[in-house]
Amino acid sequence: MRVEVRFSGFGGQGIVTAGIILGRAASIHDGKQAVQTQSYGPEARGGASRSEVVISDREILYPKVLRPDIFVVMSGEAMQKYLRDLKKSSIVIYDSSLIKTPPARGKPYPVPATLLAKREIGKTIVANIILLGALTTITGVVSREAMEKAVLESVPRGTEEMNKKALHIGFSEGERLVKS
Amino acid sequence: MSHMQGVRFLQGNIACAEGAIAAGCRFFAGYPITPSTEVAEWLAQRLPKVGGVFIQMEDEIGSISAIIGARWAGVKAMTATSGPGFSLMMENIGFAAMTETPIVVVNIQRSGPSTGQPTMPASGDVMQSRYGSHGDYAVISLSPNSVQEMFDLTVEAFNLSERYRVPVFLMADEIVGHMRERVVLPEKVETFTAPLSRKGSKYYFKPDPRTLVPKMQVFGKGYNVHVTGLTHDERGYPATNDARVHFKLVRRLVEKIERNADEIIRVEEHYLDDAEVVLVAYGAVSRSALAAVRELRRRGTKAGLLRLITLFPFPEKLVAKLARRAKLVVLEMNLGQILREVERCSKRRVPFLPKLGGELHTPREIVRFVEALK
Repeated sequence: MRVEVRFSGFGGQGIVTAGIILGRAASIHDGKQAVQTQSYGPEARGGASRSEVVISDREILYPKVLRPDIFVVMSGEAMQKYLRDLKKSSIVIYDSSLIKTPPARGKPYPVPATLLAKREIGKTIVANIILLGALTTITGVVSREAMEKAVLESVPRGTEEMNKKALHIGFSEGERLVKS
Repeated sequence: MSHMQGVRFLQGNIACAEGAIAAGCRFFAGYPITPSTEVAEWLAQRLPKVGGVFIQMEDEIGSISAIIGARWAGVKAMTATSGPGFSLMMENIGFAAMTETPIVVVNIQRSGPSTGQPTMPASGDVMQSRYGSHGDYAVISLSPNSVQEMFDLTVEAFNLSERYRVPVFLMADEIVGHMRERVVLPEKVETFTAPLSRKGSKYYFKPDPRTLVPKMQVFGKGYNVHVTGLTHDERGYPATNDARVHFKLVRRLVEKIERNADEIIRVEEHYLDDAEVVLVAYGAVSRSALAAVRELRRRGTKAGLLRLITLFPFPEKLVAKLARRAKLVVLEMNLGQILREVERCSKRRVPFLPKLGGELHTPREIVRFVEALK
């Protein structure tokens, strides 16, 4: 089955990194096929950033995302921009510390990732990893083990513990939302 | 071993850089430009670790000049750029063709003309790769459609450039350059290096009678090597007033590719045996095209795909053959470039679906277009 995942937010929030980690988890550690693509403006930071991953059991031809099954979003601007691409069944995981209004379409999963990153870890930079953790337990599109391996081999040396902690916060957040 | 190996989840541009290392490239000169920059960034880190040299030049004119010089110093060399930089390189691409210098130029195409859309994919430089410099010459252009091929075809680009002593272009697009996929990087790749002429020989522009490719010589080995963009004889010395020398040389520069075209050309054929409609596509578009072909077949249209891996030399014979028994349809991220080659070979107008502005054709758009042709 083909699963389309889109991450979007501002440049600098780790949107592209999140896509790469998910792709690596699926294709290297879960034995599936995955293609990651990205789009971004000419600016290094602050511009709109989008990263997409297609995951499938079979060969992936068309590499882009048209109607995301899963949408992970870190800015109100991105939420507005991509709302019309969502399906009724789309899972929308949004950073509720940055986006106050729930999405008008899809199934909402609010995760206050930036706030949790600041409060629990002291660094907002790991908010994207918290969202990846939540994505894992909410959607099951990759296994926890695969995601953890992919995170640990993708982050800079010396930051493994911090990112592992962030990932586990995300796992629990996701589990809490699924149960509630 | 020096290049990256094993199963990886890699970006196309990085796979290209690793392919260069695997192929024996030990010199890179370039000027960073989106969306090719990662090739340079990666090689800046990697080349010094494998005994190579990376240099960031003042511009693309300097970059192409430096790699030509490096090859005549005996080192395999590459540059990477995108549209605006490719335009700046054109004069010395002609110099490389005229002096039969084996070099590899990677063009991760973005939307032009001019600076256009720096972060968006296109295939607008395809004809420029064939005809961009002045005068008559021939080159080889390749079109990868996956991250694996960014590695494999970079290796092949080096081997072809060395075998035919010709500039080879890796004409990728932003999608393939920036896309990440799982790749399997082999422990060892087959490499080829242009053989040097016999000790004492002065004729390093004297062609082999069968392949028309001359043996090479390099600086610093004790020979009086003379390399000029002027019309030259088989010793490399200028002979600018002799019509026969000029005709013989320029005719051979083109013929050495034409005569060996069957050996050079690679295509992928999908469902062509009974196809009534054959899509012709390359690069990222060919992925959408294959998905569309499968969908068309599910819906009852006998569709097939001719995917061009080699853009130039153009697979004339194959396209002419297919045109005689099927309806051809061309898909490109430009306003019709390979289209003209397909029309030339099929001797008639061919339906064409262009796409501009930075989005890839969706399989659905292609299916609709083909079904509407009936």
